[in-house]
Amino acid sequence: MAIEQAAPDVTPFDGAALRADFPVFDRPHRSGRALCYLDSAASSPKPQAVIDALADAYGHHYANVHRGIYELSEDATARFEAARTALARFIGAPSEREVIFVRNATEAINLVAYSWGRSNLGPGDLILSTEMEHHANLVPWQQVAAATGATLEYVRLTDDGRLDPDDLRARLARRPKLLAFSQVSNALGTINPVAEITRLAHGAGAIVVLDAAQSVPHMPVDVAALGVDFAALSGHKMLGPSGIGALWGRRELLDAMPPFMTGGSMITRVTLAGTEWNEVPWKFEAGTPAIAEAMGLAAAIEYLERIGMSNVRAHERLLFERAWAALGDVPGLRRLGPDSPDDHAGVISFVLDGVHPHDVATIFDGDGVAVRAGHHCAQPVMQRYDLPATTRASFYVYNDLDDIERLVGAIDTTRRIFGAR
Amino acid sequence: MDNLYRDFILEHYRTPHNHGVLEPHDLHFADSNPTCGDEMSMTLRLDDGKQRVVDVAFDGRGCAISQASASILTDELRGLSLDDLRAIDPKDVVENLGVPIGPARLRCALLSYKVLQGAVIGAEARWPDEAEVLAGANEGGSAP
Repeated sequence: MAIEQAAPDVTPFDGAALRADFPVFDRPHRSGRALCYLDSAASSPKPQAVIDALADAYGHHYANVHRGIYELSEDATARFEAARTALARFIGAPSEREVIFVRNATEAINLVAYSWGRSNLGPGDLILSTEMEHHANLVPWQQVAAATGATLEYVRLTDDGRLDPDDLRARLARRPKLLAFSQVSNALGTINPVAEITRLAHGAGAIVVLDAAQSVPHMPVDVAALGVDFAALSGHKMLGPSGIGALWGRRELLDAMPPFMTGGSMITRVTLAGTEWNEVPWKFEAGTPAIAEAMGLAAAIEYLERIGMSNVRAHERLLFERAWAALGDVPGLRRLGPDSPDDHAGVISFVLDGVHPHDVATIFDGDGVAVRAGHHCAQPVMQRYDLPATTRASFYVYNDLDDIERLVGAIDTTRRIFGAR
Repeated sequence: MDNLYRDFILEHYRTPHNHGVLEPHDLHFADSNPTCGDEMSMTLRLDDGKQRVVDVAFDGRGCAISQASASILTDELRGLSLDDLRAIDPKDVVENLGVPIGPARLRCALLSYKVLQGAVIGAEARWPDEAEVLAGANEGGSAP
């Protein structure tokens, strides 16, 4: 399948130098070694710029937004809305009015599932998800299917961790109303050909919900160019604060959808007899939002834009290639996901013969190497490959080739302790 | 960290005691640790009066901590009454591992206990109160 974002001119950067921007790397680790953080697919550390932006927000720009008739509230509102505009630009949204602030990608997908799903799906309708999905892009569709009587099916995975194109086509031929899939698999690292899949899905009459939680932090993403209808992301995976994420959706779809949660802010007029909804995006933002966190997210976007997302992608691609090759040399180690660096993000899931992933992660921790072990909130992926769990190393801007050496060294330690053959 | 994987633990992991499935058996239960995907089952054979454990075996796949914990725990069960089984203190199960167990791995250490309790009551047992077990384990000074 085609590469969607051809690499433009790339400027390499030094991940080790960037670590100076992240206070967590100064934190002493009980191993006595510097922290080697390889769990960015779960959540990323924060640069000082984001921490400062949060403190500045609470210190100097904080009041409730949208309602205060006084300078401080106007200031807070302007900065909150500027964060929305920055995010819209960052993901290629045609309008900032299409960007809804939520807590995280999970809430974004639930918003679509509850609001669009329950008013557009019924018995006899088909929903398509995939075997690759994080539970966040799977359980909400199970719930909607149960509530509406729609049928839910999953696109199958190939042995090398891709969506099976033949299976996708066969299921799309049955004209699902919705296809929900991820741009990058958090459990396998697979990069899906989003534009191509979206063309096929639209040709079959389905709307497309993209889980972009693992892609937006790591590569240029342009939702308009990809052609999807909804995209979900989390701020905490892209150097931003926890508690803020976003749903992007096409204006005409959002306009036609009922609110998800109701209450303050999302109304224009309330009487005891009934209520008129506010316009999008505010129709979907009931109650006081994550004000300071939005300003922190804007600082994270600024930080990433200064590096350049094409550079971020190129950096992680290099780390992936080196790590993939190094892990390929370890006896008894099995890597999951596609071989090609074009189709594999900076996320490597692996299993080591005879050693449970939890033991691997504990021994790694002893070397100061933080990785994730478990099912990565993607239990169907584990079932597909008949594994109880995997160990996962994931890379970001602050990693460098030394971290790959640390990873390989920790694997050596593990094999030594377990007396691997 | 190597001390969590002392030879004692690794020996039990590589060559677990009481591993397998007893057929026939009087009690059986299978359970899992959802955080790591470990699955474990236990089968117990009782005496003629159905009062005391004659034999026990566990099966499943999991990490060194959960497998060693099951191996060590099952070694202690023969001759015990059903009341004795119910009265087992989860703190002792953790302590018997002889290595320091932190909060991240506590459920690995306790899965065997939970499966055993499930077999006794014939239904899924609750996880023990983790804060209580950790406090007890620290007081007991189980660290080598």
